Amino acid sequence: MEFFFEVLIGGLLAGVMYSLVAIGFVLIYKASGVFNFAQGAMVLFAALTFVSLLERGVPFWLAFLITLTTMVALALLIERAVLRPLVNLSPITLFMATLGLSYMIEGFAQALWGAQVHGLELGISDEPLEVGGMLLSQFDLFAAGTAAALVALLALLFNKTRIGLSLRAVADDPLAALAVGIRLQRIWAVVWAVAGFVGLVAGLLWGARLGVQFSLSLVVLKALPVLIIGGFTSIGGAIAGGLIVGAAEKLAEVYLGPFVGGGIENWFPYVLAMLFLLVRPAGLFGERAIERV
Amino acid sequence: MLYQEAGQFSTRYADDRRLFRLRQDRLGLALLLAFAFGAVPFLGNDYWFSAILIPFLVLSLAGLGLNLLTGYAGQLSLGSAAFMAVGAFAAYNFELRVAGLPLLASFLLGGVVAALVALLFGLPSLRIKGFYLIVSTLAAQFFVQWALTKFSWFSNDNPSGVITAPKLEILGADFGSPAGRYLLTLGVVAALFWLGHNLVRSELGRNWMAVRDMDTAAAVIGIPLLKTKLLAFALSGFFLGIAGALWAFTYLGTVEPHGFDLNRSFQVLFIVIIGGLGSILGNFLGAAFIVLFPLLLSNLAGLLPAGLIDAGQLENLQKIVFGALIIAFLIKEPEGLARLWRRLRERARLWPLRY
Amino acid sequence: MFKRSFVSSLALAISLGTTALTAHAEGEQYFPLQSYRVGPYAAGGTGFFGGFIDYLKYVNANGGVNGVKLTWSECETEYVVEKGVECYERLKGGVNGAPAAATNPLSVGIAYATLDRSTADKLPLITINHGRTDSTDGSVFPYAFPLQLNPYSEVSAIINYIGQQAGGLDKLKGQKIVTLYHGSPYGKETNEVLKTLADKYGFALSLVEVPHPGNEQQSQWLNIRRDKPDWVILRGWGVMNPVALKTAQKVGFPANRIIGNIWSNSEEDAAPAGAAAKGFIAITTHPSGTAFPVLQGIKQEVVDKGQGDLADPKRFGTVYYNLGVVNGILNVEAVRIAQEKFGKQPLTGEQVRWGFENLKLDDARLAALGAKGLVQPLKLSCSDHEGGGAVRFQQWDGEKWNLISDWVQADRALLRPIIEASSHKYAAEKGITPRDCAKEA
Repeated sequence: MEFFFEVLIGGLLAGVMYSLVAIGFVLIYKASGVFNFAQGAMVLFAALTFVSLLERGVPFWLAFLITLTTMVALALLIERAVLRPLVNLSPITLFMATLGLSYMIEGFAQALWGAQVHGLELGISDEPLEVGGMLLSQFDLFAAGTAAALVALLALLFNKTRIGLSLRAVADDPLAALAVGIRLQRIWAVVWAVAGFVGLVAGLLWGARLGVQFSLSLVVLKALPVLIIGGFTSIGGAIAGGLIVGAAEKLAEVYLGPFVGGGIENWFPYVLAMLFLLVRPAGLFGERAIERV
Repeated sequence: MLYQEAGQFSTRYADDRRLFRLRQDRLGLALLLAFAFGAVPFLGNDYWFSAILIPFLVLSLAGLGLNLLTGYAGQLSLGSAAFMAVGAFAAYNFELRVAGLPLLASFLLGGVVAALVALLFGLPSLRIKGFYLIVSTLAAQFFVQWALTKFSWFSNDNPSGVITAPKLEILGADFGSPAGRYLLTLGVVAALFWLGHNLVRSELGRNWMAVRDMDTAAAVIGIPLLKTKLLAFALSGFFLGIAGALWAFTYLGTVEPHGFDLNRSFQVLFIVIIGGLGSILGNFLGAAFIVLFPLLLSNLAGLLPAGLIDAGQLENLQKIVFGALIIAFLIKEPEGLARLWRRLRERARLWPLRY
Repeated sequence: MFKRSFVSSLALAISLGTTALTAHAEGEQYFPLQSYRVGPYAAGGTGFFGGFIDYLKYVNANGGVNGVKLTWSECETEYVVEKGVECYERLKGGVNGAPAAATNPLSVGIAYATLDRSTADKLPLITINHGRTDSTDGSVFPYAFPLQLNPYSEVSAIINYIGQQAGGLDKLKGQKIVTLYHGSPYGKETNEVLKTLADKYGFALSLVEVPHPGNEQQSQWLNIRRDKPDWVILRGWGVMNPVALKTAQKVGFPANRIIGNIWSNSEEDAAPAGAAAKGFIAITTHPSGTAFPVLQGIKQEVVDKGQGDLADPKRFGTVYYNLGVVNGILNVEAVRIAQEKFGKQPLTGEQVRWGFENLKLDDARLAALGAKGLVQPLKLSCSDHEGGGAVRFQQWDGEKWNLISDWVQADRALLRPIIEASSHKYAAEKGITPRDCAKEA
C-alpha cells in the first residue's frame, strides 16, 4: 500500500510538471483561438537562453530578466509578424503557422546557442525525503510549489487587473470586446508575452530535470493529453488534467504495464483522454459549443 | 488564348460526367502520363529515381489519403503516419506469411488492414469535434508505434524490429532496379489517384463536403453522419496504408516503426495544407514542395564558398528559412498551391489579351 | 511574385539536383559524410563528425595517405532516414572523379535503409559500435562493417565485467540485474541475448522499458527500487540518460551501480544530470581525453591553426569527438591497407572494402599511429566484420570520465552461433548465397 501511495504521489507531482507546459497553451488558445504548437519550442528557447547566459557568467536574476525580456520581445514579434496577417483564417491554418514558427524558433535557438547539451542546477538538492516510509522528491515538491505560485499569479492578473478584465472579455467574445473598444492586438501581445513567461518557468524546471537540450521541445507531447482532458480554455482544467494524467499514467505503468509488456506511458494518456472525451466532448472544464444551423 | 474552354459542348450526359471534361485537360494528362511512363524511365538516373521521384509519388499518395479525410470530410488528423505504418507492416506480413501472394494483392490487403484500423480510431469522431479530435488520431499514432515495436511478431522476430522488402516481382517481371521501382510506384499511385478523383465526385464525396462545411446541417438534411465519417476514415486509411507499403517496399526497402513517427504525420499534413485542402492536384504540388524545397536549400547552401558559414549554422539557417517560408506561404496563399495553379489557368485563358 | 519565384526555384532545384557541391581536384580519395548537426541528436553528430573531419584534416596535413589527399563533403540528415538515403544517393558517386571510399552514417535507421544499396553499389557501409548485429557475418553482408563492437558483444562484455567485480563469472548466480532500455528497436535489440546469458550464468534478469524519448521515468525507477537489483544496465539514448540518473538519485539508487552502454557513455549523457551522475559507470571503446599522441597531433596541426571543425573548442577530446577520431583512424587505415594491394591511388569502394576486410591493427601499429589505449587491437576477416569486441569501463567523477578498467573482452565464441543463425535467416529471406570465406583467405 505504501508503494501504491508512493507511485500515486510521484505521479501527481509529475503531473504538475505537465500542467506547467499546458498552461502556456491554454493562455494563448483562450485569447486568440490559436493552438500554439510552438509552445514547446518557446520552452526550449527560454531554457537555452537562460542557461547560456548563466554559463557566460551572468548572475541568476539578471539572466532571468534578460531571458524574460527576450521572450516578451519574441511575443511582440510573433504577434506583429505572424498573428496579425493571419487574422480570421481557419484554426487549422493558424495551427500550421505555429508549426512553421516552431521550426523557426528551434533553428534560431540552436543557431544562437549551439546544439550542445547543458546541465542546469537551480540549487535545489534532490536527495529523497522520507515521509512516513515513502520517498518524496524535494525537487518535485519545489516544482509543485512554483506551479501553485504561478497559478495564483495568473489568477491575480486575470481577476484583479484591467488587462485581466479585457483578457476575459476577449476570451468570452472577441467581437463584443472589439465593439466596446478593447484593442485585440494588444491583448494578443500581452497573452503571448505571458505565455513566454510561463514557458520560461517551465523551461527552467524541465531543464533542471532533463538537462537543457533539444528534447525539451518534446515535452509538448506530454502536455497535449493534459490539455484535452482539462479543456483548451481553462487554466484550472490544465492543472486538474495534469494531475489526472500524471497519476493515471504512473499507476498504469506500474500496475497495468506488466500485463501488456510495459512502456505504455506514451499512448496511455491519449487513450485516457479519449475516454474522457467520449463522456465530456469538450474536456472537463472546456466550454461546450452550442451548435445552431 | 492558351486555354480555351468555350466551344466544347457536351452533347451526351456521359460527356458531361466524364472525369476531365475539357479537351486540354485530357490531352495534358495523356501527355503527362505518356511522359512519366514512357520517357522518364530512360531520362532519369538513380539519384532522381531513388531520392526524388519515388518519395514524391509516395508522399503525394499519402497526401491524397489525408486530404480525403481532412480536406474533403473536414476531420483533422495527426495520425497519418500510424496508418502508413499499419499498411507497411501488414503488407510485409501478408507477403511473408501467405506463400505465393502477388505483390499487388499484398499492397491491397495492407491498405485494407490500415482502413480497418483507421475505422476503429475514427469511431470517436462521432462525438468529438474540431481540435479535440486530434486526441483520437494521436492515440492511434502512439499506440500503433508502440504495438509494432512491442510485439516482434509484426517484424518476423527481427531483433531490431526492422522489416525488409521482399523481391519486387509482378508476373515474373523484376521491378527491383531504381527505374523499375519508379514504374511500379507510378503505376500504383496513378491508379489510386484515378480512384480518389472519382471518389470525391461521387455521392460520398459530396456528403463529405457537406459534413465538412457543417455537420449539424448535413445531419439535418438527411446525410448519415455515422456512415459518412467512418467511410472517410476508412478510405483515408486505405490510401495511407498503401502509401506506407510503397514507402517501405519501393522507396526505402526497409523500415522500422520509428520511421512512421509524429513528424511523418506532420509532414503529410504540411503537404496537404501547402498543396491545398480539398484539392486532388494539390497533393502533387504539396509533395513536390516538401521533397524539393529542402534539397534546393541544401544545394544552394553548397554553392556558398566553403568556410563562409560553418556547416552547423547552415543547417539551422535552413530550418529558419523553411519555417519562415511556411508562415509566409500561409499568409500569402492560405488556400495552397492548388489555388495558385487555378489562378495561373485563369490567366492563361486571357493571355496575351488581358481583357 | 511568389509564383514566379517558386517556379524558378523549382527549375534551380532541378538543375542542381545532380551537380556536385564543391570543386575538388582529381586524384583524391573522397568520403561522403551523412552528418547531422541539427535536431535531437545534434550533440552526437557535431562531436562525431567534428572528430572525423579533424582527423582527415590531420592526415592531409601530413601528406595524405601515401600521397593521396583526402576530401569530403557533408550532407545534413538530421538523423532522419529518408534524408540519409537522399544524401547517400547524392554523394555515393564521389565528386569530380574522386571516388567514394565508404559511408559512415552513425545512425541505425540510415544504415538499415542503405544496406541493400551499399551492396548493390559496392560501397562499404561502416557502422562503428552499432548497426545490425548479424552484419558481423561478412559472408552474408559483404559490405557492412559493425566495427569494434556490435550490440551483442556489448552486453556480453558488460556481464563479464559484472562477473569480474563479483569475483568470477560463477559468482553471478543469484545476482539481480535490471536492464533499463529505450523503447525502440535499438533498445530491444539485446534483450534475447541477455536472456541467454542469464540462463547460462544464473543471474536474475528483469527488463524494463522506457518509452521514447524517456523524459519521464518515475514509475520505472520506483519498480527498480522495489526490486533492489545489484546492477542496472542503462541502455539509453539521448535525453533518457540524464533523466535516468536524476530519477535514480530521486529514488535513492546509487549511481555507481548503474552501467551505461555505448550510447549512454558521453559527457552529454552524464553532465546534464549534475551531481546525480557522480559515480556513474559506462563502457567505452573510445576513451575520452586529450593525452593520446594522435589527439596532440590533431591539436597542433589542425585545431591550433584555427581549422578545427568543432564550434565549441571545449569539446575537443570528449567521447563523441574521440569516437569520430577512432572512426577516422579505422577508415584511413583501411584505405592504406587497400593501397598496398591496389596501388597508391584513389580507390573504389570495392577496393576499400578489401582493405576493411584485411584491417589489422596490432599494438605496434597502434603505437605508431599514436592511438594506443584509444583504439583496441583489431583484426577483421571475411567472416568477421567486427574484429574487436572489447570495451573499457569509465567512471564519471562529476567533471569528466576516468578509466577504471583495461579492455574487457566479450565472449564472442558464445555469440557467434546466434549471429550466424540470424544472418542465415536473413540470407534465406533475401535469397542471398553466402560467400565461402574459406576460399577468400
